[in-house]
Amino acid sequence: MASPTKLRIDDVSMTFATPGGSFQALDHVTLAIPTGRFVSLIGPSGCGKSTIFNIAAGLQEPTAGRVWIDDLDATGTIGRVGYMLQKDLLLPWRTLVDNIILGMEIQGVPRPQAREKALPLLRRYGLAGFEHAYPNALSGGMRQRAALLRTLLFDTDVILLDEPFGALDAQTKLQMQEWLLELWSDFGKTVIFVTHDVEEAIFLSDEVHVMGTRPGRIVETLAVDLPRPRLRSCTTTPAFTALKERCLELLRVDQAAVGRAA
Amino acid sequence: MALQHTSSSASSSARGLIEPAAQPREGSAHPPARVRRLPVQRDWPLWAIGGIQVGILVGIIALWQVSADQGWLNAFFWSRPSAIYATFKTFFTEGEAWADIWFTFRSTILGFLIGTTAGSLLGLSFWWSRNYAAVVQPYVICFESLPKLALAPLIVLVFGIGLTSKIAVATALTIVVSTLTTFAGVKAIDPDGERLFYSLGATRLQVFRKLVIPACLPWIISVLRINIGLALTGAVVGEFIASQHGLGRAILYAGQTYDIALVWVAVLALSVLSVVMYVAVGLLERLLRKGVKS
Repeated sequence: MASPTKLRIDDVSMTFATPGGSFQALDHVTLAIPTGRFVSLIGPSGCGKSTIFNIAAGLQEPTAGRVWIDDLDATGTIGRVGYMLQKDLLLPWRTLVDNIILGMEIQGVPRPQAREKALPLLRRYGLAGFEHAYPNALSGGMRQRAALLRTLLFDTDVILLDEPFGALDAQTKLQMQEWLLELWSDFGKTVIFVTHDVEEAIFLSDEVHVMGTRPGRIVETLAVDLPRPRLRSCTTTPAFTALKERCLELLRVDQAAVGRAA
Repeated sequence: MALQHTSSSASSSARGLIEPAAQPREGSAHPPARVRRLPVQRDWPLWAIGGIQVGILVGIIALWQVSADQGWLNAFFWSRPSAIYATFKTFFTEGEAWADIWFTFRSTILGFLIGTTAGSLLGLSFWWSRNYAAVVQPYVICFESLPKLALAPLIVLVFGIGLTSKIAVATALTIVVSTLTTFAGVKAIDPDGERLFYSLGATRLQVFRKLVIPACLPWIISVLRINIGLALTGAVVGEFIASQHGLGRAILYAGQTYDIALVWVAVLALSVLSVVMYVAVGLLERLLRKGVKS
């Protein structure tokens, strides 16, 4: 292994009790993510992507298996990773800068000190002039930027992004992807990114894990060996297209299997 | 009927707007059966509306005076504006007007403050435990559906005929509204918001202080104007049952002694007090909303 493993999801299974019996959301999922990697999970709805995130963030206890961060057992412990959802969840009664320092504030950093650290970032990453605006005055893209900066400022090594651009329009989404790559190379975080969008997953990631449903599991892992920094033009190269074909193929096979089972 | 009319005419005029080119091609030989336009209501100037309002009031008072003078209206039951005005002067110069107003005002404000505060805290407390909320909720709802004014005689027996019993009735009326509304606010909190806080490693107390309270404040504030009216009702009913002071007692006493003019004067004073408090709470609400900024 070239770089040490930052986050290890070790043989995790998750079973929910439902009125109609038990439902297996995750079946022996193992993921080892090296430090500083950008990794995507793609899969159809109900494949357990969000469950993996909840378990990694300590918001749910897995039925079986452990979560390791830096070789320390982090199963069921909160505050160890940054977690961002599709919803920006900005607090409407706080200004942008006060929203972004939320993580630091919860960790006990005094507000003035936290603001001092947050303001340069806001200005540098496209929110200059909106530092003291309230969230309802901002566009969807800007709100997502703010939510991502909040996650970054929480200052954990691992960041989980759960379909962060899923609700944005196509144009904004492309801008945000490039912006995210810029941030990622500046901060050197380990990122796990969940999306429905195959092209988005390949464009951003070093590695794409394709997931299947019933039970949720990892079907195949594809390495993305496209050079970085990536330009938008790389999405039309044969290598990119081949990866995309392969991903879509895997997803199709899984859907067909679900169709047969039903 | 009128509503149907409006909507159909609006839609046909919209159709005309969308396809203006279609009209001439089909020829003027087939004009639409009826040309309809969007009904437009023109606003009167403010001075006209104000003038008419004052005019109606003056008209009613004049009609009342004339009817009583002419014997069309039994002045014994209805009194007359001139007598009411005379009583008004003596009530405020020689009578206990100010003492009564002060008494009713105090019990209303104290009942309002206690009921709103206690109710909001109770509503917020439901966030801490789903089990506790599930146990307590039916009791709150029963108390809500209970006509609290029916309890007023009991409250007066327990708390005596002084200020305390009036505050208690006003509190009983206001507390439930605040509790239920605040609890609705608690239930409306996005679970993902809580997940965000916990993912950042927050404690329960931090979630409560930084998420639950600010999220519920607009709900708490929205009840203030309802509660000031309820508190006044509670205070007056408390005074009806047994009291030595207050506008409610003045009304009851005047009614029992057939002093109808005094009834009107006291009702008028009560209305003014009510409007003043309502406006004050409305201003407070605006101030608070600016403070919490949503």
